[in-house]
Amino acid sequence: MSASAGATTPSVTRPKLSELFRAFVIVSISGFGGALPWARRMIVEQRGWMTAEEFNEAFALSQFLPGPNVVNFSVVFGSRFGGAPGAAVALAGLMGPPLIIVTILAFLYARFGDLEVLGRILAGITAAAVGLLIAVVAKMAAPLFRKRWDWAPLIAIAAFIGVAIIQWPLPWVFFVLAPISIALAWIKR
Amino acid sequence: MNDNPLIALAGYFALLSLFAVGGANAAIPEMHRIAVEVMHWMSDRQFADSFAISQVSPGPNIIIVTLIGYHVAGLAGAAVATAAMCGPTCVLAYVVARTWDRFKEARWRIAIQAGLVPVSLGLIAASAFVLARSADHNIYAAGITGVTAIVGFATRINPLWIFAVGGVLGLSGWL
Repeated sequence: MSASAGATTPSVTRPKLSELFRAFVIVSISGFGGALPWARRMIVEQRGWMTAEEFNEAFALSQFLPGPNVVNFSVVFGSRFGGAPGAAVALAGLMGPPLIIVTILAFLYARFGDLEVLGRILAGITAAAVGLLIAVVAKMAAPLFRKRWDWAPLIAIAAFIGVAIIQWPLPWVFFVLAPISIALAWIKR
Repeated sequence: MNDNPLIALAGYFALLSLFAVGGANAAIPEMHRIAVEVMHWMSDRQFADSFAISQVSPGPNIIIVTLIGYHVAGLAGAAVATAAMCGPTCVLAYVVARTWDRFKEARWRIAIQAGLVPVSLGLIAASAFVLARSADHNIYAAGITGVTAIVGFATRINPLWIFAVGGVLGLSGWL
């Protein structure tokens, strides 16, 4: 377990499995537009289960792994405090409530998706959601294009062209670009 | 690929989960390519609608796979798609979490992480492009997208307000 962190964690308390579950339920149902800020608030500020540095480290690991970051984070966090049962409980707390809500919405959409009114509302929401996605891209791109890593923007543009314009399958683009990008990051450091 | 849609859902999403560097938003173009263009599971509009529903739902954005799965094969499809998208990466997360301390300072680890950032940025930009093409059918929809992008970039407003405004404008019949 995290015995190695003993020096920095005298004030950190260990959650019980039931507390772990409840915490991730709350994170998941408050997490509109990204659950990370809520997870941080809950775990670091409210419950004191991790220091800010430990949280950043666990989150860096979650970003390092493929797949949804918050889902990875629930597994990383849960396993640190409760092994496999802890990981399962945190994951269930995170995914359970949204799964129920979205299944109900999917049922309603299957029933009423053809209604013109619903279609118009969803079209408006989609247009807005795409705008937010562009804002995310801009925020991510700003530091990358400002740094002196001249190769990074080229990789990003190549990934964009491969997937969006030429419409290659994601694994192809990944296997071509990821090794090049990682090699360049290795050399540049 | 296969006659049984559950097997196709499980195979595609399990594979996709391992390449989704940058999370759900980076995987949107590949989901679109498979669900709309390759497998013809849903129309372009249905895909865009699923994205909108996943955005206004609480919880991780990856929940869009639950909607696609439900559309393809009902409750079983929803369960299979979600498990396939989360399962492989969760097992990986569990295994790596136990060895992380050993290599978190390693140079190769730092190079991998730094190298994947621009790849995932390009993928998320591709998501925005693919979705914009599905959503922005006219100048008004494109206008909403443009204004939202600026507001989202410049402020820290709760996205629910932006979705609410988008929904009302859509309802008003401009789009």
